[in-house]
Amino acid sequence: MMDSVVNALTTAFLILGVFFMLTGAIGLLRFPDFYTRLHATGKCDTLGEVLILLGCMIYTAYHGMPFVVFKLLCIIIFFFIANPTGTHAIVKAAYKTGVKPWRVGDERR
Amino acid sequence: MIEQVFLIIGLTIAATVLLSLYRAAVGPGVFNRVAAVNVIGTKVVVLLVIVQYIFKNPMFIDIAIAYAALNFIGTIIMSKYLERGEVCSQ
Repeated sequence: MMDSVVNALTTAFLILGVFFMLTGAIGLLRFPDFYTRLHATGKCDTLGEVLILLGCMIYTAYHGMPFVVFKLLCIIIFFFIANPTGTHAIVKAAYKTGVKPWRVGDERR
Repeated sequence: MIEQVFLIIGLTIAATVLLSLYRAAVGPGVFNRVAAVNVIGTKVVVLLVIVQYIFKNPMFIDIAIAYAALNFIGTIIMSKYLERGEVCSQ
């Protein structure tokens, strides 16, 4: 009984996370500009990856590997700090070197 | 049952890595390529965590932690280099 509940919860978290990751990848592929592409991936990817790691954490905690749970928690905290920082650094570098934002009517870049 | 779920999730993440690889290969300009490589790196970290459950080997999560740190440092150094033209000034 408990086993199937944990499996269903893990599957739900994994599918939700993969949905967000797929959305971020399609945004990276389809948006017209560098800034809009990073707008898509910087948020969708962070949320999707953290949801997937949360599902893995539930599964691992039920099967009793406390060190692996602690390492997954470390990866989640690191993602929440590092992913927006990396996105901000790239966008700042692009803005300072003069990449113009896209406006309606421009061609895709 | 849950093993098949992990396998399908891993294959889907690999498909999203392929989608991002298109932007890294043909994306106009160097900034698109750096951003796409950063995204691919973070996806590969999650893929390593999923592979741990497919192969039933808890060694892979240490590789995932090391890869996450390397990917973050690489992105920061690359963007600083593109911004200033040098990594660190005297």
